[in-house]
Amino acid sequence: MSKFKKKQANTSQSVPTSAMPDVVFMLLIFFMVTTVLREVELQVQIDYADAENIEKIEQKRLVSYIYIGPERLGGNRVGETKVQIDDALVADVNAIRNIMYDKLVEQPRLIVSLRVDEDSEFGIITDVQQELRHAGTLRINYSTRREI
Amino acid sequence: MLNKKRGRESAEINGSSLADIAFLLLIFFLVVTTIDVDTGIGLVLPPIPDDVEPPPVRERNLMNILVNAQGMVLINEQPAAVASVRERLKEFIDNNGADPNMSESPNDAIVSIKTDRRTPYNIYIDMLDEVMGAYAELRYSASMDRFGVPYSSLEDNSVEQDEIQEMYPKKISIAEPDEG
Repeated sequence: MSKFKKKQANTSQSVPTSAMPDVVFMLLIFFMVTTVLREVELQVQIDYADAENIEKIEQKRLVSYIYIGPERLGGNRVGETKVQIDDALVADVNAIRNIMYDKLVEQPRLIVSLRVDEDSEFGIITDVQQELRHAGTLRINYSTRREI
Repeated sequence: MLNKKRGRESAEINGSSLADIAFLLLIFFLVVTTIDVDTGIGLVLPPIPDDVEPPPVRERNLMNILVNAQGMVLINEQPAAVASVRERLKEFIDNNGADPNMSESPNDAIVSIKTDRRTPYNIYIDMLDEVMGAYAELRYSASMDRFGVPYSSLEDNSVEQDEIQEMYPKKISIAEPDEG
């Protein structure tokens, strides 16, 4: 009968946990590095358009955003289409030229990401693009979601 | 003797709560992290023209795409469906001089995109997507022919990628907007 007796392992039953802080720290560092804290408060409403043939922007440091969409008023109401750069709405479209030029001086390889609401009309984007051309920031990117 | 008195307690710092602290930080960063990858359609705007005349472009090398205020796509003044843009473009770019009305070579082919002030943005993006799709397909098949691997798996800035890009350069021109 003893032949069928279960073999009892001699090792201790507990999993060694001394390396757990290391593992956790590694995960922690990964998330700290990849975290981008939201730095702008959107004042315009944006639903992105979908597209299939899109590319990723690998170097986030180069990117500067321009938000174009209907202004958020209180509640669920939206107003007229406005342009937002960084934290503020741009009242005068002609001011974009100087703002973007200053950014270009800081970062010569600037990519401007246009985050445009899909229901916008193209006129305002044409105006912004003309301003970008005057500023010399020629690399742009129309922000879109991946089409599924 | 000058033997100093030593405490009986162990000199080590108790590290058992280190994991808890790390977990707390980890959870905080997990919650605030947004891994939103920036994706989109890249484009290079033409610089503001100087007084110098742009070099003349032969009519056959130019494909005019107009998206008008009603959201209709017109290719060389003929209405066309958005879905047909890709095939039309591939034919146009990859013509290599066969058809006298189409481009002489992929290197000469220029796609000119014109919009109206009231063009809906999503139609414009759909159309641009098709244009990019046409180039992507041409580059894909060129890459498969030459190297036997898809274009997307070529390394960035490698010799192979540059070669394909030279074969099918993206020559997309944004037309000057109309005044008023």
